[in-house]
Amino acid sequence: MSKSILDSNDINRAIRRMAYEIIEKNKGIGNLCLVGIQKGGVTLANRLASQIELIENGHIEVGTLDITFYRDDLNTKSEQPVVKRTEIPCNIDDKTVVLVDDVLFTGRSIRAAMDALIDYGRPANIQLAVLIDRGHRELPIRADYAGKNIPTSFDARIEVTLEENGSSDSVILVSG
Amino acid sequence: MIQSKDLLGIKELTPEEIYLILDTAAGFKDVLMRDIKKVPPLRGKTVVSLFFEPSTRTKTSFALASKRLSADFVNFSVSTSSVVKGESLKDTALTIQALGADFVLVRHASSGVPHLLSNILDISVINAGDGANEHPTQALLDMFTIQSYKKKFKGLNVAIVGDIAHSRVAKSNIYALTKLEANVRLICPPTLTPAEVDKLGVEVHHSLDKGLKDVDVIMALRLQLERQSKGFLPSLREYFKLYGLTADSVSHAKDDAIVMHPGPMNRGVEIASSIADGNQSVILEQVTNGIAVRMAVLYLLAGVKK
Amino acid sequence: MITLIKNGHVVDPSQNIDGPMEILIKGRKIEGLYPKGKAPEAEKIIDATKCFVIPGLVDIHTHLREPGFEYKETIETGTRSAVRGGFTTVCCMPNTDPVNDNVAVTEFILDKAKKYGSCTVHPIGAITTGSNSEELTELQALIKAGCIAFSDDGRPVTNSQMMRRALEYSKIFDVPVISHCEDLQLSEGGVVNEGFVSTIVGLKGIPKAAEETMVARDLSLCELTGGKLHIAHVSTAGSVNLIRNAKSRGINVTAETCPHYYNLTDEAIISYDTNLKVNPPIRTAVDVEAIKEGIKDGTIDIIATDHAPHHFDDKQREFDSAAFGISGLETAFALSYHLVRHETIDLKQLITMMCITPSKIVGLNKGTLSPGADADIAVVNPETIYKVDSSSFLSKGKNSPFNKWTLTGSVEKTIAMGKVFDWSEK
Repeated sequence: MSKSILDSNDINRAIRRMAYEIIEKNKGIGNLCLVGIQKGGVTLANRLASQIELIENGHIEVGTLDITFYRDDLNTKSEQPVVKRTEIPCNIDDKTVVLVDDVLFTGRSIRAAMDALIDYGRPANIQLAVLIDRGHRELPIRADYAGKNIPTSFDARIEVTLEENGSSDSVILVSG
Repeated sequence: MIQSKDLLGIKELTPEEIYLILDTAAGFKDVLMRDIKKVPPLRGKTVVSLFFEPSTRTKTSFALASKRLSADFVNFSVSTSSVVKGESLKDTALTIQALGADFVLVRHASSGVPHLLSNILDISVINAGDGANEHPTQALLDMFTIQSYKKKFKGLNVAIVGDIAHSRVAKSNIYALTKLEANVRLICPPTLTPAEVDKLGVEVHHSLDKGLKDVDVIMALRLQLERQSKGFLPSLREYFKLYGLTADSVSHAKDDAIVMHPGPMNRGVEIASSIADGNQSVILEQVTNGIAVRMAVLYLLAGVKK
Repeated sequence: MITLIKNGHVVDPSQNIDGPMEILIKGRKIEGLYPKGKAPEAEKIIDATKCFVIPGLVDIHTHLREPGFEYKETIETGTRSAVRGGFTTVCCMPNTDPVNDNVAVTEFILDKAKKYGSCTVHPIGAITTGSNSEELTELQALIKAGCIAFSDDGRPVTNSQMMRRALEYSKIFDVPVISHCEDLQLSEGGVVNEGFVSTIVGLKGIPKAAEETMVARDLSLCELTGGKLHIAHVSTAGSVNLIRNAKSRGINVTAETCPHYYNLTDEAIISYDTNLKVNPPIRTAVDVEAIKEGIKDGTIDIIATDHAPHHFDDKQREFDSAAFGISGLETAFALSYHLVRHETIDLKQLITMMCITPSKIVGLNKGTLSPGADADIAVVNPETIYKVDSSSFLSKGKNSPFNKWTLTGSVEKTIAMGKVFDWSEK
């Protein structure tokens, strides 16, 4: 059973709102940097960045972060991990880094991402932006910016697709 | 997808597995370029080296790879252990397993020892060089280095020069390069040519200049100096004249050819200093890449379900 | 005790018999052969339904390891293993510790065999003292004590002059000199056949030339001296050709091969299974074909086992330092009967090669079922299909590359000097 949760318009509205919230909370983009988590967060980070640049009429650095080496499930996953690129375009020391991911679930990926990020420098603070927060946290982690909160059962799956990756924008809930 | 808990040789790998290791190594190479060169995935794991032959380079490289992955690295020192008291290889290996190791790196003068350990042990066995059989991580780091310069393997002309018959490095590289569809030429005297090696899909040349013509990659091999006394060659001087890499002989290769050597080098025997230190040499990069590749191997094997 | 073997199909080329017959055994001797139903009453009946009844097999190349290596095999276990394999006579090689180069060792072996042996044992004496190619042993004394042939097996006679003298001197007694053909310089450090497989596995190769140059030398010396040369464990196509050529010139040579040289090729070594490590090494498909051709055309006279039992610890180790040898007595018949099933030779030829000719070479009155002969008989079922389980070998040596192989042709019963060993009633 799968069900559409957000369509293209919903997604764009959510991104626009998050962009405003990020700007507002950080009082501009002067000390800001976005880092998308491989691989679901990368496209989202780019889109969020374009939106922020449009609103602020300025430039914001966007990086990508691969968290494979920081995961805690190397022995339990059935698929072997495939390593993606990490590119942090600027020195993140004393910056405000907004981690961007598509779905926030148990919080373990974000834990790994924070560990990974800290190995690249010492940000002033780390914030978290996600398109979907589906609950079921296993760690004390929360999103600073969430596109939409969607209650799910634990074994359901959320599929986020963005048009930059091939097909049209959509968020689908597949029940487990 | 790596299928085996062990890395016994390149012979046993598919091209896809080789590419997966190289791709993963690229991620670790990035890690090695950072200020903080350490990642946590092998926290709590223990890597034990069991080297029955002296080796500084490979062991140090594996030790750093293990530590960069947050694993504990312990050297089971053969000369000071009970091995010299006549303990069998099997007992030594079982002891290492009982000590709680997750990986054992083995180097031995006798081919097939990693395969023997693989049958006895449940933990991962990594071949760090066995006899004249294989030295898989050396070939993987060589592939990684070639890929970083040449971007592809298919159709690449690669010459391996020297004592092929006794070289596990050559053997592993032959398997890797042929699996990745490069053209391999072996350049060696007939006395140091392995029996029927052409059946592996390689060309055999006894003339260095002809063999090096238009190659993209030159891999030199270390010549064990005791070969002379066994009648494989009359003198090191004559060997250098016939098979030593010099500015003159390397000029037959393509202009952008890279020169590789697994180390340690015998300058003036298999390679002239001007080549070893020249701008075509990538020998020190091989060393750096070795850590990334060994990290990738340890990391991927750790993820194999046992 | 009078025993009758009934319902079997007797094949005995020595008497030109090939048909349903009954064999009456009285004590240690064969009393007589009778058409079905015509034999006199017996106290004990052995049922040989569906089986061939053939002369007990004779192996002139066995390592019984005693004295000195009792942890590998003893005369007791080795002869038990022999009768399990259908052998009723084994000739044991002298490379024990001490070497069988003197009367005391020969007498020790025969004494042990008498007390603990399940079948007939004939010792083979060393050609040179300590098998070190320096001094001839006292052939007359050794023959008197019971040696039936001479060999430094395990090693070649490296000194060509010494080999010449051995072939010459042995003529006094008309005993064979059995040569282990190996040029030790060419084979130095080698553990497998030199060729593509040695390249693949990275193990040091033994070139075929290491065997063939020595075969050529010994054939020349045989021609020179007119001695009685027997070439052990022929493994290469080149050796077969050399021997064929020598025989065509009338040289007094006989030759043996072993089951592993026509059932295995060196490709199996890719697994690094040390049970495949044997000297001379397992060769290539070309050699296997040549060996079979040599068996077929009579260039190779006999099949011997080169039964070389080893302790587990001598095999489960580095390939380079593992012991050479295969525990062969208990699989030899089925592995050779394979040649009959695939029509390389017929059963009569097989019996000739495993019973009659081996006896003849070493001068024994074995290999026949004629009345008055020793009651040495094997009852074999040519149809039984079974899986080899080396752990169940009666030999102490479980070192068989044929473990887990499925073979056809089983030894059901062996009668050695009238004593019945029966494995069919389990």
